[in-house]
Amino acid sequence: MTDTATPRGAASTPSVTEYPAARQEGCPFGPAPQLRRLTEQEPVAKARIWDGSTPWLVTRHADQRALLTDPRLSIDEKLPNYPHMTRGRAEIAPHLPELITNTDAPEHTRLRRLVNLPFTVKRVEALRPTIQRLLDELIDDLLAGPKPADLVTTIGLPVPTLVITALLGVPYADHEFFHRHSTVGVSHTSTPEEVRASNTALSGYLGELLDKKRTDPSDDVLSEMAGHVNEGRMTREEAVIMGSAILIAGHETSANMISLGTLLLLRNPEQLEVVRTTEDPKVVAGAVEELLRYLTIVHTGIRRVALEDIEVGGQVIPAGDGVIFDLATADWDAEAFPEPDTLDLSRPARKHHAFGYGAHQCLGQTLARVELQAVFGTLFRRIPTLSLAVPFEEVDFAFEGVAYGLRSLPVTW
Amino acid sequence: MRVELDEPKCVASGQCVVEAPDVFDQRDEDGVAVVLDPHPPEELYDQVNEAVAICPAAALRLVRE
Ligand code: HEM
Ligand code: HEM
Ligand code: SF4
Repeated sequence: MTDTATPRGAASTPSVTEYPAARQEGCPFGPAPQLRRLTEQEPVAKARIWDGSTPWLVTRHADQRALLTDPRLSIDEKLPNYPHMTRGRAEIAPHLPELITNTDAPEHTRLRRLVNLPFTVKRVEALRPTIQRLLDELIDDLLAGPKPADLVTTIGLPVPTLVITALLGVPYADHEFFHRHSTVGVSHTSTPEEVRASNTALSGYLGELLDKKRTDPSDDVLSEMAGHVNEGRMTREEAVIMGSAILIAGHETSANMISLGTLLLLRNPEQLEVVRTTEDPKVVAGAVEELLRYLTIVHTGIRRVALEDIEVGGQVIPAGDGVIFDLATADWDAEAFPEPDTLDLSRPARKHHAFGYGAHQCLGQTLARVELQAVFGTLFRRIPTLSLAVPFEEVDFAFEGVAYGLRSLPVTW
Repeated sequence: MRVELDEPKCVASGQCVVEAPDVFDQRDEDGVAVVLDPHPPEELYDQVNEAVAICPAAALRLVRE
C-alpha cells in the first residue's frame, strides 16, 4: 500500500501518529494521550498502521458524525488503500462474500434487513426476563462458590455466551461444547492455536446446526437465517459467516464491558452507590450509556476509504485514501462531553460512539444494552460488599485485540 | 411539527423506538422504522429531537410546518 501525496489545498501537512496507540499505565481507562491531543489540536491527522501505510485519522465527535453518514466514504474492504486492521484481515478480505461488514448502501441495507429482525427492540425486550434469570443463576453460583473468585469467568464471559446460545438457538445438550469453544475463542488467555481450533470447531458446528434448522426450524436467529437460505435470499456460506460474526462480535465485547465496567465502578464508589441504590430502570440505562462512553472498548478504530475528495477539519481527504475513526477519542471530546475524564453516570451520554455511528452502527447494540443493564442493575444490589481482591495495580488488563478488556478480575465480598 | 422518515436510509437500529416509543415502532417483517404519530404532541418534542440526534443513519427529521 502506498502513501498518498500531501492533500490538495490543505492548510498544513498532517502529522503522523503510530496507530493503534497504547493506553497509559497510570490511566488505563482513558484513550492514549497523544491521540487526545489530536482531538484538540489536529482533528484530522494521519495514522501509521501495521503495514506502514498512513491513512487519515479522525478524532473529533462532530467530524465522525458527519463523515460516518457520508456516502462518499465506503466500508468496502476490497478497495485499494482500505486500511485493514491486521495482516490477517487484509489477507482474508478478498475471499469474503458480501457481508454487512464490507458493503455500502444499497447492498448493505438489503443484507442488514435480512439479519436485523432478531435485534429489534421488541424482540430483545422479550429476551429481557430470560437474560435476568440466567444472570441471577450465575450470581447464585458465584455466591455459593469459593472466594475470592474471578468475575471474568463467573459472570463476564458466561452472560454473553448464554445469551447468544439462547438467541442463535443452540440446543441445550450442546451448551457445554458451545460454551467451551466460544470461551476459548475469545479468552485473552488462549493461545492462537487454541483459538484457531475452536473457531474451526464452532463454524463446523454452526453449519450443521443451520442444516438441521433448514428442515426443522424453531424461533431463533439461525432458523431465521435457514429460512433465508431455503428461499435463496442468502447462501449457506453467508449464513454461517454471519452466525460466527454474531458470536465473535457479541461475545468478547460484552464480556469486556462487564468486567471493565465493574472495575471502573469499584474505583468510583459514589457512582457505584447510584446504580446500587436506584429502583429506576432509566437511571440504570443512563449509567450504562456513560460506562459505554467512558470505556469505549473498541479501540482499534473503525475503518473506511474515501470514494471522492472530502473537505473536513481544514484538510482535504483525497479520493482513494483510507480513513480511520478512533471512537474512544471522540467519546472523550470535551466539545461533545464536557469534563470527559469525569465518570458521571447522570450525564446525557447517549450520543457516544462506543457502538460506532452511521449505517454500520452495531447490530447487537440493543441486546448488549439489555445485558449490561441487567448486570449493572443487579450485581451490586445482590452483592453490596463486592470488592477487589487484589490491589488495582495488579489487575491484568488486556490491551491487544479489537476491544480492550481484563484477563481476570479477582473479587471478594 | 411533522416527523419525517427517509425510509431507504433506515438501518433498523431501533434507537428511535427506545427513545420515543409513542412516536416510533419497528415493522415486524424487517425491523424498519414506522412513524406511529407523524404529528406528535409538544410534550414529546424532546424525545423526538433526541431520536433524531441519535439515529445512526440520519434518517429522521422533525420539520416545522
Ligand atoms: C458492548 C458490546 C458491544 C460493543 C462495544 C460493540 C461495538 C461495535 C462497533 C464499534 C461496531 C461498528 C463497526 C464499524 O462501523 O465498522 C459494531 C458493529 C457490529 N456489531 Fe457490535 N458491539 C457490541 C456488542 C455486539 C453484540 C452483542 C452483537 C451481536 C449479538 C454485535 C454484533 C455486531 C455486528 C454484526 C456489527 C456489524 C454491523 C454492520 O457492519 O452493519 N455487537 N459493534
Ligand atoms: C463478518 C464480519 C467479521 C469477520 C469475518 C470477523 C473475523 C474475525 C476473525 C477471523 C477473528 C479472529 C482474530 C483475528 O485473526 O483477527 C476476529 C476476532 C474478533 N472480532 Fe471479528 N469479524 C467480523 C466482524 C466483527 C465485528 C463487527 C466486531 C465488532 C466490533 C468484531 C469484533 C471482534 C473481536 C472483539 C475479536 C476478538 C479477538 C481480537 O480482538 O483479536 N468482529 N474476527
Ligand atoms: S433510529 Fe434511525 S436507523 Fe434506527 S430504526 Fe429509527 S429511523 Fe431507522
